[in-house]
Amino acid sequence: MSWTCPLPLRDYPNIVLGHGGGGKLSAELVENLFLPAFRNSVIENLGDSAVLRVPAGRLAFSTDTYVVHPLFFPGGSIGDLAVNGTVNDLAMSGARPAYLSAGFIIEEGLPMTTLAQIVECMRAAADKAGVQIVTGDTKVVEKGHGDGCYINTAGIGIVPEGRDVGPARAKVGDAIIVSGTIGDHGMAIMSVREGLEFDTIIQSDSAALHDLVEAIFTASNGIHVLRDPTRGGLASSLNEIAAQSRVGMALNEEKLPVKPDVQSACELLGMDPIYIANEGKLIAIVSQSEAEAVLHAMRRHPLGVDSEIIGVVVSERPGMVTVKTKIGGTHVIPMQIGEQLPRIC
Amino acid sequence: MCLAVPGQVRDIFDAGGTRMGRVNFGGITKEVCLAYLPDIQVGDYTIVHVGFAISKIDEESAQKTLQMFHELGILEEELGSAS
Amino acid sequence: MKYLNEFRDGETARKLFREIDRVTTKPWALMEVCGGQTHSIIRNGIDQLLPQGIELIHGPGCPVCVTPLEMIDKALAIAAKPGVIFCSFGDMLRVPGSEKDLFRVKSEGGDVRIVYSPLDALKIARENPARQVVFFGIGFETTAPANAMAVSLAAKEKLENFSVLISHVLVPPAMEAILTSPINRVQAFLAAGHVCSVMGYWQYPELAERFSVPVVITGFEPLDVLDGIRRAVLQLESGKHEVENGYGRVVNFEGNKPAQEMLSRVFEVTDRVWRGIGMIPRSGWRLSEEYRHYDAEYRFDVQGIETKESPLCRSGEVLQGAIKPTECGAFGTVCTPRSPLGATMVSSEGACAAYYNYGRFVQIDQMAMA
Repeated sequence: MSWTCPLPLRDYPNIVLGHGGGGKLSAELVENLFLPAFRNSVIENLGDSAVLRVPAGRLAFSTDTYVVHPLFFPGGSIGDLAVNGTVNDLAMSGARPAYLSAGFIIEEGLPMTTLAQIVECMRAAADKAGVQIVTGDTKVVEKGHGDGCYINTAGIGIVPEGRDVGPARAKVGDAIIVSGTIGDHGMAIMSVREGLEFDTIIQSDSAALHDLVEAIFTASNGIHVLRDPTRGGLASSLNEIAAQSRVGMALNEEKLPVKPDVQSACELLGMDPIYIANEGKLIAIVSQSEAEAVLHAMRRHPLGVDSEIIGVVVSERPGMVTVKTKIGGTHVIPMQIGEQLPRIC
Repeated sequence: MCLAVPGQVRDIFDAGGTRMGRVNFGGITKEVCLAYLPDIQVGDYTIVHVGFAISKIDEESAQKTLQMFHELGILEEELGSAS
Repeated sequence: MKYLNEFRDGETARKLFREIDRVTTKPWALMEVCGGQTHSIIRNGIDQLLPQGIELIHGPGCPVCVTPLEMIDKALAIAAKPGVIFCSFGDMLRVPGSEKDLFRVKSEGGDVRIVYSPLDALKIARENPARQVVFFGIGFETTAPANAMAVSLAAKEKLENFSVLISHVLVPPAMEAILTSPINRVQAFLAAGHVCSVMGYWQYPELAERFSVPVVITGFEPLDVLDGIRRAVLQLESGKHEVENGYGRVVNFEGNKPAQEMLSRVFEVTDRVWRGIGMIPRSGWRLSEEYRHYDAEYRFDVQGIETKESPLCRSGEVLQGAIKPTECGAFGTVCTPRSPLGATMVSSEGACAAYYNYGRFVQIDQMAMA
């Protein structure tokens, strides 16, 4: 990272309460850290709000808060999650992401260089996603709160006409496609967390999916549902969609793409990759006749090379997701209660 | 009970008088206590439960079992499976 | 993963199903002792695909499920003490005590930490010399050597801020208790493969002889379980009742001698209450006199615990194989993984949780729309 601490901030190697106070220290932080990173004409106005000109039509609006710990992990950081996460939520509604806000809650004592690194990750992710961060806020909380740094991002995007996707739109007979290997992000986090350490580096799959989504819409207009499975993994997203669309889902275990090292880590901890978070994958539920075309388009995209058709939407047992195992038996994949915990039994 | 996973011993070292090793589980390497398998060597396979290697995998026996499974099918063909 | 994936092969599984079908001429009731085997059976749908006559009775081999309620309450009391760092395997976090569970204690401010290995708890103790670190040492004979090593190392290092809450349970006394029960229907056992990797199987020939039951040492992967069933059925069909090792790649007759030596030094046999079943004499391990100093039950004042089990909970009958989870009135209604009444609904290998999670519902449609 090429950021060097500019003069006014050099007196403060760590964030202090004053940086969130709205006074001189706050202003210096904005001028010398946030503005240079999120350089654009809107944010430089430093208005109370960002005023944006948007085309007429449907506006998608999403927000999410990021409380990941550790702040930096193999394959990413809270910074790129904060940008990619909201970009992805917008893209899953069929929108073209345009503008983000960024609200920071920083723990007193966070090193200035750490904050700068996080912000630099956000800048890089935003540039890659083609979005601008146009407004924000900073608060500082006392030491012992805030886990280093929490970030909220909200985003808006434009939904082009003709796109109508949503979790209640899955239809019986639809193909269920996943854009790549599952469980990467959650296992990357698990692998560095205290108490459960592995020596092999599993990388998070944090990525902005808007461009893959464009490729999907270009390939077909039979797209019914898009969802990026984050916390709770594939299982949770599919259960939610099944419930909202009032359909059942039948998956094929053999088709679920899992990286060997993620699979091994799950075996060791007694966890199931289908419940583990991703940050750069999507589920596409599309009409049966369009499935092959969509699959090919996805596989041609760098973020979708491992795409697979993993199952089909059925009428039996609405709201329930089942999977046929390699052995031949079938079992239900329920919504998990709380977090997945590693087990010895 | 007893989630125990098979892995291959990659190296062995001493940690304060306790025999430890690094075991590879399908691409994941983890530090494991080898104190209960004083004769295990690098390259051997073992099953690991809660960070402890508790048994060396008898590879010959494993192959015999798999061979037996394989032959199950052949026998079935010979008998002309009716069920 | 080598020595794992080969034992999950679908085509071989189908061959084994056909083979079991071919050799079965009468109905038989088998018990798989270990919760991990139950989990494998239900998750892979093995019970769905076996011939009609073969019944799998799920055994009490879920150490999480059988940890006595009083012990859970003691754990909760210790974990809630200020300054204590309470370390536990993940499995125990949601097991309901009389009032709450470890997860609740954590949310109320207790420093409860999940560890993968007891050695991780030792590490925490070394890194936090000013705080008392307690490790919840549950499990069958498979886990005992690991827990013993932690205690042994703590003693060697004179780690004064480390102690363990031990609640080990032993398999052979449980099998005997099942066989002597007046309601016993078990005709053959699939013995717990990983317990046997530590203890060997020299304890079983006497049981097999006395009760005329085949005992097949069985592994956990689908092919291992199927092969165990195949061998047990073959014995039953031909009137044999021998101890057979179906998990030869991991288990041998003697077991792990160094581990057994450590166990005999660190632990001593004791009577143990099995949650839901009751007291089984000489069916548990506690710390021996030499290591009593590291026993958390002695170090912390946890007297006067009054336990209170839910009157609706029938885990005991499930654990003894007397009823299937679906036969319990509370199953899927009042008792779910989200609000469990007993441990068999919490543990990932408790029969109730396995049935619920893998879809052996009574009222599927109601469930689906819940």
